[in-house]
Amino acid sequence: MNGTDTVKAPPAPQFATREQQAQAGSFGMWVFIASELLFFGPLLFGYLYVRTHFPDAVAQASRHTEYVLGTVNTAILLTSSYAMALAGAAMRASRRRRAAWLLLATALLGLAFMAIKGWEWHTEFTEHLFPGVGFRPDDAKDAWTLHGMELFFLLYFALTGLHALHLTVGVAATLTIANGVRRQPESAGGPGEEAVELVGLYWHFVDLVWVFLYPLLYLVGRAGG
Amino acid sequence: MTDLFSVSPASAAASASRLDSLALCMLLLTGAVALGVLVLLVVFSVRYRAASHVDRTPSPSSNLTLEISWTVIPLLLFLVLYVWGAIDYVSLYRAPPDAMPVFVVAKQWMWKAEHRNGRREINEVHLPVGRTVRMVMTSQDVIHSFFVPAFRIKQDVLPGRYTSIAFTPDKEGVYHLFCAEFCGTDHAVMEGRVVVMKPADFAGWLAEGGHVPGMAARGHDLFRQYGCSGCHGAGSSVHAPDLTGLLGRRVHLADGRAVTADEPYVRDSILVPAKDVVAGYAPIMPSFAGQIPEEDLLAIIEYIRETGHDQSAERR
Amino acid sequence: MTSPQNDASLVDEEEHALRQQAGPMGRSYLAGAFSLRSWLTTRDHKRIAVLYGVSITLFFFLGGIAAALIRLELATPQGDLVSSDTYNKLFTAHGIIMVWLFLIPSIPSVLGNFLMPMMIGARDLAFPRLNLASWYLYLAGGAIILWALLAGGVDTGWTFYTPFSTMFSNSHVVAALLGVLVTGFSSILTGLNFIVTTHTMRAPGLGWFRLPLFVWANYATSVILVLATPVLAMTLVLVGIERLFQVGIFDPALGGDPLLFQHLFWFYSHPAVYIMVLPAMGVASEIIPCFARKPVFGYKFMAYAILGIAVIGFLVWGHHMFVSGQSVYAGMVFSLLSFMVAIPSAIKVFNWTATLYKGRITFSAPMLYALGFVGLFTVGGLTGLFLAALALDVHLSDTYFVVAHFHYIMVGGSVMAYLGGIHFWWPKVTGRMYSEAWGRLAALVIFAGFNLTFFPQYLLGYAGMPRRYHSYPPEFQTLHVLSSAGAVTLAIGYLMPLGYLAWSLWFGKRAPANPWDATGLEWQTASPPPEHNFDHPPTVVRGPYAYTPDAP
Repeated sequence: MNGTDTVKAPPAPQFATREQQAQAGSFGMWVFIASELLFFGPLLFGYLYVRTHFPDAVAQASRHTEYVLGTVNTAILLTSSYAMALAGAAMRASRRRRAAWLLLATALLGLAFMAIKGWEWHTEFTEHLFPGVGFRPDDAKDAWTLHGMELFFLLYFALTGLHALHLTVGVAATLTIANGVRRQPESAGGPGEEAVELVGLYWHFVDLVWVFLYPLLYLVGRAGG
Repeated sequence: MTDLFSVSPASAAASASRLDSLALCMLLLTGAVALGVLVLLVVFSVRYRAASHVDRTPSPSSNLTLEISWTVIPLLLFLVLYVWGAIDYVSLYRAPPDAMPVFVVAKQWMWKAEHRNGRREINEVHLPVGRTVRMVMTSQDVIHSFFVPAFRIKQDVLPGRYTSIAFTPDKEGVYHLFCAEFCGTDHAVMEGRVVVMKPADFAGWLAEGGHVPGMAARGHDLFRQYGCSGCHGAGSSVHAPDLTGLLGRRVHLADGRAVTADEPYVRDSILVPAKDVVAGYAPIMPSFAGQIPEEDLLAIIEYIRETGHDQSAERR
Repeated sequence: MTSPQNDASLVDEEEHALRQQAGPMGRSYLAGAFSLRSWLTTRDHKRIAVLYGVSITLFFFLGGIAAALIRLELATPQGDLVSSDTYNKLFTAHGIIMVWLFLIPSIPSVLGNFLMPMMIGARDLAFPRLNLASWYLYLAGGAIILWALLAGGVDTGWTFYTPFSTMFSNSHVVAALLGVLVTGFSSILTGLNFIVTTHTMRAPGLGWFRLPLFVWANYATSVILVLATPVLAMTLVLVGIERLFQVGIFDPALGGDPLLFQHLFWFYSHPAVYIMVLPAMGVASEIIPCFARKPVFGYKFMAYAILGIAVIGFLVWGHHMFVSGQSVYAGMVFSLLSFMVAIPSAIKVFNWTATLYKGRITFSAPMLYALGFVGLFTVGGLTGLFLAALALDVHLSDTYFVVAHFHYIMVGGSVMAYLGGIHFWWPKVTGRMYSEAWGRLAALVIFAGFNLTFFPQYLLGYAGMPRRYHSYPPEFQTLHVLSSAGAVTLAIGYLMPLGYLAWSLWFGKRAPANPWDATGLEWQTASPPPEHNFDHPPTVVRGPYAYTPDAP
């Protein structure tokens, strides 16, 4: 129902108090995010390496990305983070039904992002931009530039692929918790505001990664025409 | 060679005796620390074993002076060895300009060496005593490593680039050459010999190789055969950089950088010409990647090196 | 608070009583439920520790069989026992199994899982389900690796150097990469759990500088696990991509750079060796004060040294690449930092030694292992300085000197400490005492066998014997024979605990709560502990290691 639910569940048996549980959960999510940065880190390091060694090839390759779709996707993901933040606020105000709808909206926006991303990949695949033996962009002038473009696209698919993997997990988690918020009051063991905050933290992290990937992948070589 | 119980292999180069001295100093210093710790462990274990009756009045469980002393003093001593090790290391890569180059191409699972005068060998490298040698090495396939324990030198040999190490053999003899980077099935039997001879004997050995053209001469033929002279030759109508005396020259590139032309630079220019375009020239040179085997590349580079010298002085 | 000592005549009655009663703190974690299902779905950190213990023991012996075959082959100069391809697969199997399936999980996932919550007065780790998930991931990774090894093997060495691994090896490389990747996730989850637990679940009064050094050591290890393992994961993925899709990342023939692989690989793999040795240092710091009856010397320096090792350990990876063709200046920086990283380790060795001064020392089996650890780690660490010195490394790199160095640290160090910890906490984990006589004998056999196996290898390396060689010139044979003889002794030594520890599970004396009269919260509860460790969270009023040598 839309009623306020102020009965809080007891902490899990390993914790002494709810505060300790909340603190552990939140800290755990931050540690997890730190390790995630080290997953994206080597790929971004590789990007740095490729961009400094093949500046022109990277610019040329970046112009092959679907930047309209990429921009729309960026807007979608930012909006989804807004929805997620509103969901967190709704939970703190004990408005579970509103929170559940906002969580659902977040997840749907995430799915929309994935659909558009999938379409982009499909386009790039048919344009022979997937790295490997079939890599054949229509404007590679020489072997050196071709190699640089291939490395760019390797990183493009690796970074957006890793991001999509994380987004998938995020969508699944958001849908799961939306369902729990909707159907199970907290007194019966359903998710509380801390749980939604944790999922929100993860979602914002995934969004933030995209905010970095977007200019690095889509906007090289486009400024100034 | 080594005998049954000897630890040090034969020491057959200037670098080897220096390294043995460094190793001895390191052994003395680390040995002193190890002995100190081990003796104390044993002495304390015996003296303070439960059944013994000795003075056990409580002692402080921390002592800043002690902690700092036994940290800083060993540190300073070891830093001396760090500096020594660094200096000797750098000297392996700073060959004097008159060092004799020997070219090595490694492949699974053999060593192919070639001398300036064109004499080639498989799994053997003949060298003269007392002359500083600079190995210029590359691999045709995976990473190998050129290891001669008697000289105490080792250098990984990489595909796609040249690596180099310099040393001066100082004792005649025959020494092991090992591959020291795992390279597949027959890594353990990719063994060779380094034969160090008196200079006169070495000169004789070089000349024995039959009437093969020297590397530079061969390179000159290849330079024509692969079409390099079509653009880079004297009478060419194509605007291409002049390669005379290129090796060692400072080159200004189109992107603003200035580099010193060395063997890797020339190799890259042949295989990946779009990478470092010379300032003032259009990037029209085609790539020869996959068309020129490693030995031919080395020969072409030797030819280019010799265009900067008086030809007769280099005939050996 | 110790239960009365039993003699054999009371065993059955005692056991009956234990099963029946819910004692002052509930039934032991072992007695709670006996079904296989209860074990495989447990969330109890103590049971998960036992599950890990059994699994890593199996893998240890598998890796040991590979080592035995290697040493048998090397007893003669010719390659006459196995083919060269088989030999290459054997040393690869030995490395992959011992590094990822034994050493990295050993102390953290067995002893750490069992003890960390108890040492800080908590009922479990912060995330028990993640803990169980980490064990399943470990098993899955182990199964994939085992499949790769049995289906024909991998021959790249545990280091997977490119372009051999991406373009030239005809073995199950991708499967091995996948197995290691999955196992890596197990490490990350364990590390995450330990970090959060240590930060948020300490008992009242337990400030950071009252923590046992075992907790400090596992905490620092966990930070490395969480930060370094993802880099390995990505590196392995890139290797897989190059092998499967022929994209030129590391292979020069396709425009790639083989040194890029080495930098990425060693960025993880050097901190990985500190993952393997820091927990061992933590174990030593628990055992030595107990059996010297003295607080550890220089507690704060010990704690800071642990952190120092973890931090500087991230900065020295290039010392694996001095002859690789990397820049000479990079070499000079990495060499200097490698000398620096020896300092906190030296501080720890000196402090353990000083702990013995004016102590009251008994030479139990755990103490023998711990003292052996200090001695062998000292030797191994000092030989690391040989390798840190640039010019020396040019001669010694890729020879048996390196093999000896890292085995002194990882086997003479970490495995000895692991065995010491197993013996020290055996009464706590199982509720039984093992035979001290056999324990001491095994420790001595292992110590002797270890030195006989690996000391000759320093000499072999200096003499020029390269690594990963399945046959060798005859002049190296004497030292190889000594080493192989040592390996036989070592193998016997390792089999002994398997025997007497298993025996103790059925026939060993029942253990009291605190058989060693040790400090530490884990000893304030029954042996074996009840499921929730403590009825009420203990309050800590003093620092660790409150031992006095003069006490009777």
